Amino acid sequence: MIQLVELVVNGERHDLAIEPRRTLVDVLRHDLGLTGTHVGCEHGICGACTVLVDGAPARACLIFAAQVEGAEIRTVESLAAPDGTLNDLQQCFSEHHGLQCGFCTPGMLMLAEGYLAEEPEPTTEEIRDVVASNLCRCTGYQTIVEAIDDCATRRRAAFQDRLDRSAS
Amino acid sequence: MAEPRFRRDGAWVGASVPRREDPRLLAGRGRFVDDITLPGMLHAQFVRSTEAHARLLAVDLDEVRAVPGVVAAYTAADLDLADITALLDRPAHEFVPTAMPVLARDTVRYVGEPVAVVVAKDPYAAEDGVEAAVVEYAPLEPVVSDLGALAEGAPLVHAGAPRNTLVDVSLFATEGIDDVFSEAHTVVEVRTKTGRQNALPLETRGVVADWDDRDEQLRVQTCSQVPHQVRTVLARCVGLDEKQVRVTVPDMGGGFGQKCVVGREEIAAAAAALRLRRPVKWIEDRRDALTAAFLAREQRYTVRAAFSADGEILGLDADVVCDMGAYSCYPFTAGIEPLMASAEMPGVYRVPAYRVRGRAVTTNKAPTAPYRGVSRPQYVMVVERVFEKAARALGIDAVELRRRNLITVFPYTGVNNITYDPGSYLESLDLCEKTLRDEGWFSRRSDENRVIGIGFACFSERTGYGSGAFAQRKMQVVPGFDISEIRMDLNGTVSVTTGTLSHGQSHETTMAQIVADRLGVPYDRVKIVQGDTDRITYGWGSFASRSITIGGSAVAAASVKLGDQLREIAAHLLGGDVESAVLEDGGVRVGSSWLSYADIADVAYLKAHLLPKGVGPGLAATASFDVGGDGTFSNATHGCVVELDPGTGGVEILRYVCVEDCGVAIHPQVVEGQARGGIAQGIAGALFEEVRYDDAGQPLAPSFMEYKVPTAREIPDVRIEHLETPCAFTENGAKGAGEGGTIGAPAAVLNAVNDALRHTGVELDDTPIPREAIFRALEVS
Repeated sequence: MIQLVELVVNGERHDLAIEPRRTLVDVLRHDLGLTGTHVGCEHGICGACTVLVDGAPARACLIFAAQVEGAEIRTVESLAAPDGTLNDLQQCFSEHHGLQCGFCTPGMLMLAEGYLAEEPEPTTEEIRDVVASNLCRCTGYQTIVEAIDDCATRRRAAFQDRLDRSAS
Repeated sequence: MAEPRFRRDGAWVGASVPRREDPRLLAGRGRFVDDITLPGMLHAQFVRSTEAHARLLAVDLDEVRAVPGVVAAYTAADLDLADITALLDRPAHEFVPTAMPVLARDTVRYVGEPVAVVVAKDPYAAEDGVEAAVVEYAPLEPVVSDLGALAEGAPLVHAGAPRNTLVDVSLFATEGIDDVFSEAHTVVEVRTKTGRQNALPLETRGVVADWDDRDEQLRVQTCSQVPHQVRTVLARCVGLDEKQVRVTVPDMGGGFGQKCVVGREEIAAAAAALRLRRPVKWIEDRRDALTAAFLAREQRYTVRAAFSADGEILGLDADVVCDMGAYSCYPFTAGIEPLMASAEMPGVYRVPAYRVRGRAVTTNKAPTAPYRGVSRPQYVMVVERVFEKAARALGIDAVELRRRNLITVFPYTGVNNITYDPGSYLESLDLCEKTLRDEGWFSRRSDENRVIGIGFACFSERTGYGSGAFAQRKMQVVPGFDISEIRMDLNGTVSVTTGTLSHGQSHETTMAQIVADRLGVPYDRVKIVQGDTDRITYGWGSFASRSITIGGSAVAAASVKLGDQLREIAAHLLGGDVESAVLEDGGVRVGSSWLSYADIADVAYLKAHLLPKGVGPGLAATASFDVGGDGTFSNATHGCVVELDPGTGGVEILRYVCVEDCGVAIHPQVVEGQARGGIAQGIAGALFEEVRYDDAGQPLAPSFMEYKVPTAREIPDVRIEHLETPCAFTENGAKGAGEGGTIGAPAAVLNAVNDALRHTGVELDDTPIPREAIFRALEVS
């Protein structure tokens, strides 16, 4: 059985003819060629497939593509500028050595993006709790937490800076 | 281009420069095996044994072939491939080889063993096909533990292996050791069982294979730590020449040893691609990765140690049994764990008498591969338990007891015939203890309202095993050397090959730093070529912390040779003599004149008639490196503070300090990352992860719900302090840094837990430490 599904990914509309059982992560990776989102367990634990669905982190391996018609989906490919310039979160991951093999990284980035959008002023312990949603086998997590913490601090400083400038 | 501000003392080596790997991986533009799609590509999955031990009566694939989307399905008989056999040069009473068929033929020996391969138009259809297979088994009694394997009258996993013993080697037996024990003031004994673990790279195993008519090659893209060994085995299995197989490795999501052996599924998928003349992809799913991939670490130790009254260790007597599962892995064999433990166990201590027997037994469980640290996390834990027990028996502080026995004069040749190069064994212990003391943990330990313990682990880790060291193990295939080819191109950019293979370790950055210093070019002008059997002379990949020690040395040596060529040409062109020519600022200075590399390359390639007599066109050099002696020893002391929860038996790690010495750190941030990641895996083994089986040999942890990989909640921040004892015989002064974290952590955690239990009289020596045992100990007290 084939179903017609319309997906909006990173602001772009796609029309797909797929089996209803096809997962979102398989559609992203193999039908749309967005291979930045990874598959680590296919049972919702490791979080390597984390993407944003309407702004909230979600496991793309546990969602059928047909379930998210009409939603705004964002993947790791949306983070860097078109010329390849990394965004502030990606830059922080690099500076803190928050990645080694890089396999969990897209999921960690999308988890953090979704979280920081919802909670711009987290404590380090709160960040640690959120990072505990996903698995990383290389880093021991410390540098991932530090990278997200640093990014949150920089974003707050930049926001304050904008406020100060608009006030003056 | 990276700014020179990243350089330390004018050198790239020693500076934590931005990683070359990062931008693509962060942008989601890496290329992992499952990211590869080829035109007309098919997808493979495996029919796997549901029995731990059985004769295969029939494998019926007719229904499979009728499933929509299925293109082909093959049994062992259909593919007719040679077996994978790894050998040691040892007599039959010491070593029994196993022939591991690519697909099971007449017997299955573990749940998950591949029985047939199904190839379909998409992965979903391949799984539908697998479900349609009908396999008839005649169950045999399974062997599911080391004790069961060795029991009188136990069923045999392999008919040719009596008592289910694949390796039985007594490497050392100091004369008179029984007298040492009978006359000793104090003898302590440690009995330990360590749990079976999965190295668990987050990217599961996988392959894309296709036959290329133009190249007349079977092209295999696979996430392997050892591409040349995959080529050798694959060529042998399918009956091709080595040059008819090209193995390349794309980005790789971790390996940790599980991918440093040759697996069966990649061979079967490649064989299917060869037969169908269409690309075939196989991506292991997590269930298979947890149950049917290579495992490790299930060992049993019975160790006695003799001490004098003043705490001098006099002797060590060890019996090691390793449950290696159903088959020997290629190229290391089932000897990998018992031989490692036997060869290295005296470790950092001056042990004058040593006897050891190491055995590998075969059981009806998934086979094993080397896993980060290989036996060292276990024997270090056992030896560190020995010191803790002896300290209690002798009434000497455990740290002080270690101090009295650590090797302090180097080079030191041990009772195990190994010469240890200089390290900072005592210094690292002192600094680790001081750090925890300064942070106030010793006073917090005495808080009577809390159950807090402090544990230490002292160890060294042989890294950079050269051919000589592996030959001592009597491997028939002897890894060790590395060959590097370097080339400078027209505009003065450099590309350099390495036979090692980065899969998270940052070689694109660190190897480039090494070349950059040797040639005086920025590190981002150096391209590292790795993981391609067509472009790289036979190499051994990355394992045993060999990459920077051996691969990095080969890269350095090749750079120096290229530098000599550049100097010779420049001296000729500038009219000076070679001796006075020096590499400087991306060019060569001869007296007061200077020629850029681009200028020299211009002559070498475009104006070859200007070259000196006897110098051929082009700019390229090849060099190799091997470690002649016993390798180089990194060392560290780990200190761990835990608090136990009397209500649950839970263990919380309050503090973790690692004082490490890997010689010259090429990239300190990368070294720290290796230490932290390694410690996380060591903690995982000490507290959480275990691959368990029931009495029928059914695996009990087929998902992440049962196989408990620790998260950011369980893994603590780690304070790292560096000491630097440069290695005298690697080209960069570096020692290996890949495994130490994993080696020290189980001992430090276990000692800390026992220290916290000191008031209970209970001592725990097994890992993962059973939470229930902690709960009961605290409940009774």
